[in-house]
Parts: sequence; C-alpha cells; structure tokens
Amino acid sequence: MLHTLRFALVSLAILTLPAVAIAKDREVAIGLQAAITSMDPHYHNLSPNNSMMLHIFEPLIKRDSNQRLVPGLAISWKAIDDLTWEFKLRKNVRFHDGSPFTAEDVLFTLKRVPNVPNSPSSFATFTKPIVDAKATDPHTLVFKTASPHVLLPSDLASVMIVSRASGEKAATEDYNSGKAAVGTGPYRFAEYVPNQRVVLKANYGYWGGEEPWDKITFKILTNAAARVAALLSGDVQLIETVPTADIAKLAKDPKYSLSDKVSNRVIYVHLNQGTEKSPPFVTDKSGKPLEKNPFRDSRVRKALSVAINRDAIADRVMERKAVPAAQLLPDFFYGTSKNLKPAKFDPEGAKRLLAEAGYPNGFALTIHGPNNRYINDDKVAQAIAQFYTRIGIDAKVETMPSSVYFTRASKLEFGYMVLGWGTESGEQGSSLRSLLATFDPAKGMGVTNRGRYSNPELDKALSTALVTMDEKMREALIQKAAEIAMNDTALIPIHYEVSTWASAKGYRYTARTDQYTLGMELKPAR
Amino acid sequence: MLAYAIRRFGQSIFVLVLMSFLVFVGVYAIGNPVELLVNPQADEAERLRATAALGLDKPFLEQYWVFLKGAASGDLGRSFVFNVPALGLILEKLPATIELAVVAMVMAILAGIPLGLIAGLKPDSFIGRGIMAGSILGFSLPTFWVGLVLIMIFSVYLGWLPSNGRGETVMLAGIPVSFMTADGLAHLAMPAFNLALFKLSLLIRLTRAGAREAVLQDYVKFARAKGLSQSRVIGVHVLKNILIPIVTVIGLELGSVIAFAIVTESIFAWPGTGKLLIDSINQLDRPVIVAYLLVIVTLFIAINFVVDVLYSLLDPRVRLGSTASAH
Repeated sequence: MLHTLRFALVSLAILTLPAVAIAKDREVAIGLQAAITSMDPHYHNLSPNNSMMLHIFEPLIKRDSNQRLVPGLAISWKAIDDLTWEFKLRKNVRFHDGSPFTAEDVLFTLKRVPNVPNSPSSFATFTKPIVDAKATDPHTLVFKTASPHVLLPSDLASVMIVSRASGEKAATEDYNSGKAAVGTGPYRFAEYVPNQRVVLKANYGYWGGEEPWDKITFKILTNAAARVAALLSGDVQLIETVPTADIAKLAKDPKYSLSDKVSNRVIYVHLNQGTEKSPPFVTDKSGKPLEKNPFRDSRVRKALSVAINRDAIADRVMERKAVPAAQLLPDFFYGTSKNLKPAKFDPEGAKRLLAEAGYPNGFALTIHGPNNRYINDDKVAQAIAQFYTRIGIDAKVETMPSSVYFTRASKLEFGYMVLGWGTESGEQGSSLRSLLATFDPAKGMGVTNRGRYSNPELDKALSTALVTMDEKMREALIQKAAEIAMNDTALIPIHYEVSTWASAKGYRYTARTDQYTLGMELKPAR
Repeated sequence: MLAYAIRRFGQSIFVLVLMSFLVFVGVYAIGNPVELLVNPQADEAERLRATAALGLDKPFLEQYWVFLKGAASGDLGRSFVFNVPALGLILEKLPATIELAVVAMVMAILAGIPLGLIAGLKPDSFIGRGIMAGSILGFSLPTFWVGLVLIMIFSVYLGWLPSNGRGETVMLAGIPVSFMTADGLAHLAMPAFNLALFKLSLLIRLTRAGAREAVLQDYVKFARAKGLSQSRVIGVHVLKNILIPIVTVIGLELGSVIAFAIVTESIFAWPGTGKLLIDSINQLDRPVIVAYLLVIVTLFIAINFVVDVLYSLLDPRVRLGSTASAH
C-alpha cells in the first residue's frame, strides 16, 4: 500500500515537474528605458506609450518592423475618390471581454480621440482630417475628408481602437486602473504601476494566433547600467537601448545575443537662417556680428556639411551604432531617394567653398546641442567642432539638458543646433514637411523648422505630394522634394541611430526601425 | 511647549510658501513643458490646445495664484505627464523611499555607533585602525559605483540577491512595507546597504571622536575610580554624553537620506520618490516637482522638531519653551 502510494506520488511529481517548468518558461521580463506615462491609448502621443499600447490595443492598420503598412483591424482600404475612403474591417475579432469588434467601436474611437481631458499631446492630429465617418454595414466604414488626404492610412496606423462598451464613460484613470483597458490585442492588461512596471497576460483568443508568452512584465529601468545589470543577473530577459560602451562585452558573451537595426531617427543640424544679419552665437573671429547671415548662403551650408567626417563619427564616437545619413530616413523607407549619398568628407573643398562665399578666413560659431536626449549626443557635438577647427572655423560647444535645450531652440536662441528626428510615420514626406517646409504652424507646415529654411520649389513639391492620390506619383514627388532639399543642404544630416536590444540565451528579438520594444517580437530561440 | 510648537508651525508655513514660489519661478525659467510633451509633428492648434489643457496659457502670477488656491485645500495640481494628482503620485511612492531610508539609517546606527565606540576606545589597536580605514572607503567611494559593484557581486556572480525593484509588500497600518517578507528583504538588502554606507562612515567617525574626547574627561576617570563596571562606564557615562551631536546628525541625515536617495533609487530601480523627481525634472513636470519639494520640506521640518524634542529629553538643561523665549 505504502509502496503504491509512494509510486503514485513520485509519478505525479514527475508528471507535474515539466509542466511547472514550462509554465515558468512562458513568463518573461523586459527592461525598458523610459516610463509609460499612461495606459490610456489616446492620452499621450509618446513613443514608449505607443509601443506599450500595441500589446493591448490595435489600430486599423499596423506597421511591420520596417514600418511598412500592413492590415490590422482593417483587412483592406482604398480611396474611392479624392475625398472618400472605404475601410473593410476584420471579422470574428473579439475584445478581451468577449464582445465582438465592429464598426461602432471605430466610430466611438474617432469621437473619443479629440476629447481626452488634459492630454499633453493629443492624437487628434491623426483623426482631424476625417470630417465625416459612417458605417455602411458592421464591417465597412466610409470616411470623408475635407481635402484630399493621402496620409489617412498612415495617420490611422497611430490610432488605437478601443471598445465602445468599456470606453463610453471611461476617463484616463479607468484605463490606468485597467477597468477600461479592453482592446483586441494579443495581450491583456494585468497591472500598471506608474514609473515602475506594466504587467500583461496573454489573450488566448487572439485572432492572430497564440503568442509564446503567458505573462510579460515590463520593468522601467531608466538607468542604463542598471538595465544591463538586470539582464546579467537574469532579472529580465530582454533590454532595449543597450549603452554603446557595453555592446562589445555583451557581443562576446555567448550567454547573450544582440539584435540591432538602423532606426527612423536621424541626427541632424539645423542652421538658423531666420535672421538677415548674424544669427545668435555666430560672429566673425573677433566676436563682432557679421553683416550677412552666412547660413543663408548654400555654399556655406555645403561647406559645413562636407567638413564633417561622418564615417569617423559613426565609427569612433558612436562605436558603429550609427549609419552616415544623406537624408531624413534610411533609403529603404517610403519617399527616400536612392540618388542621395552621404556627403563625402572633404575639408579642402569646404575651405574652397567658404572662400568662394566670402569667408576665406572662416568665422566663429557655437554648436548647441542636448546632452541627455540622443545616443552620445554631447560627444557628437564635440566631434563636429573639431572638424570645423580644421577648416578655419572657430567652433565652441555648449550642451545642456533637453528640458532647457528644446525650449530655447524653439525660440531660435541658437545659431547652430544639433537635433534629432524620429519619423514615426515611416514616410519621408511628413519629416520634410515638419522640418524643412516654410515655417507656417497654423497650416501644419514647417512646425519644427528651427532653421527657418524656406524654398518655394520645395514647398510646391511637398504640397503637391500631399494631395496626389496615386501612390507611385506621390512617392516620386517626395523623392524629388528630398533631392531639392538635400542638394541645397537645407539642413545637415549626420547619421541615423542604430538601436540595439540584448536578450538572454534562449530568446530572440526581432529589431524594429521604430525603436519600439514589443513582446510580440520576442520569441524563444529554438 | 505649546507656544513653541505654534511658533514653529507659523514659521513652517512661511517657509513652504516661499519655497513653492521659488520652485515655480525656477521651473518657469528652465523651459516650456509643452516643448517636451507635445509631439514634434503637431501643428499650432494642437500646441495651443496642449498649453491650455495644462493651464500654461495663463500669466505666470495667475498660474501661481491658481496653485496657491488649490494648495490651501490640499490640491497640489495634476501631473502634466501622468494626469493624476501630483500629491497622490508622491504619497504612493513615499512609503518605498521612507522604508529604504529608515532601514539604511537603522543599519548605519546599529553598526556605526558600536564600531565607532570600539575605534574610539581602542584607537591604536588593529581593529580600531581597521574600522577607521574602512570608514575612509565608505566616505570616498561614489555611491553609484558601490551600487554597481554590489550588483555585480551579489546578483551577477553569486546570484543571491535580485538586482532591481522592490519585493513583495504587506500592509502594516495601511502602509505597504516590504521589510516583513523574505522577498522584500532580499530586494531591500543591497540598496539599503548602499545608501547606509556613507552614513555609517559618518557615524563611526562622529562616535569615535566623541568617545576619544569623553574617556579623557574627569567624570569618566572618576567613574572608573569608583570601580564601576566597564560596560556601565561606556554605556551610561560615555555614550549618553556623546549622543547629542550624534542625534543631531542622525536627524539631519535622515532627512537628507530621504531627499537624496536618488542615485541609489535609480541604480536599483527602487520605485521611490527620488526616481520620480529626476524624471519629473527632465520632463519639467512642475506640479510633481513642487509637490515633491513641499513634502520633503515638511518632512525636514517635522524631523527637526523631533530632534529638538529629543535634545530636551537627552539633556535636562535644554528647555524648549525657555530656549525659544530667550531669543
């Protein structure tokens, strides 16, 4: 009797052991570098939030790891005429609470987006072009826009669809508590502690098939060294934004694997062309203001561009975690031109161009930049200054925290500004419009044009592209616009940042261009 | 005593109002939070909407007046970033910071005073010298480096302790505490020790200096001559007399440990207020910065008050009411 009992217990133990082990294997922890400020998908348009929301909610159209548009909750979409779009919705999709997803939920979402109280950065930018939305049947939607709006699919890829039933009376607090955080995504809300962690559980009924993880814990580890330590000690299995100094060490260790990809973020220089005479912090060598603004001369801009050795910066300063840039996005993105190549390092040519422009002895400028926003941002500014000294320009460097820097840069208090730009839409037209179209914020043109570059030819190409419904023709127009701007050195592109993830052995992460860290891209390595 | 407490209260309110004004001016001068919060692709209309939503469209003094009115009724505003009441956000994180600070302080006191006494009573022995050498290290090693070394040793190589976060909590009198669970203690050990190290060295040095001075005093010699036991001489005659400066320092340092646990908190990802403050400063989340500093100043005031009361208990010559009226 005793013998049988013992046998039964042992076999039970053997039977349950692997089950327990597997259950544990299906849990992962991920170290993130920035806080998730809210679980309300329409509260704050911020990369870390948008990345987190993609687990719980889904947009009509998704972006793949190269940011090309792919079907999400909509299976197809087309423009019926210049002002009308038809979206066919996916059938048999259920929200986490079991209720079916229909056109009603989309209509409710469109109504909610512009009306989230206290939103510091609203998603209304994306829904504003839609002046009328109708459901012709539960799975077909027709949107009307006031003017031709070709970017509608791209805009809607940023808008998460929430459930009407749970969202009708919900405030941001109800999403943070999880009560209203009901989506259609592959993971469901389990816990949210601001500035500390987010816990998600698998949505087993997900239409896209089951995910490999039962539970994902995202830990907010803002300190880079702490993030690496958490990976080394096994507290997390994946970290984002590996500090460049640790990459070499992790790459050598067989217990970890790295994945990286060139990102949609370009580091560039805006030259303040907004003043007639010297812009701020630009003088002759004795400190007196110049008669003319040198940055208004295309030759000076070109000289300042070719004087920079981009390969050296990418190799030494960025430890190969950067790719020299020729435009605003790497050339596999929509609207980029293959004809544009990074400016060749040519200090002699730069000197010649300066002499031609009337500055044979150079002038003096101060390079301003942030010191806690982009990868090695202060070192990049210093490297640029050294290259300028070689062509006879006296360059000083002043970097400051981003909280101070961006306010002052927007007020045009600087002359030479090192900046970064991530193109969330994955489409170069939007970056050109924000950074280089003539400054006209009321029309949404040149909203972040801190260089105040203005070129009617570029403006024309961009506004034509904006209303051209044919995809091929539109891409060609944007490519032409990019060539106009870059051949005129409207701004100085330096490099594209490469983002790096590190995972523990047994896990494989598919790197993304949008720098999002998604549980869906983490797979067990077999 | 009561009059003293009321006078202290009046002074405290003045300090709080003055401080909140200075912080308001400071954050206003640093930059515009909308620049950091709003998506860079947003157009003018969206910027204006966000500015208005955060109440930043009003003139500066009016913004301050709105804040004062709210503060009078206990509402310190909503976080720009998290859209929750700033005070609530801080009070939610405060137990973790206070727990870390108190445990660190207890570690420092329990180890620092005995070690300091040993070093003070036997200054030329091997142990005494060893303790002093150790305290120099504790003083001079930077906190973030010690923290990382601790993680490398105890989490990465030995795998004994978790490298980040706070462990399981239980409710004690309505406050979540983690020092009562095994998991909580494992998470607490390294950050608390890291935070305690500097204070530990400070207490060792203070105690040693006091003890060395005291053993030469006549009353100690007299107590020895009377034939009192060594433990009574040290425990009552030496220790009690050197305790006043030590209590003062402990009081001041407890406040500073709570306020400046930032480095330790960010290395160990301890979910306390220090980490919240740094993030808020980077984001110019003014309501959280102001609320945090108000809470910390209030804590400093309270701790100093307790220290004053402790003086009067330790030294019968100190009378709170009479010291105040003597001014």
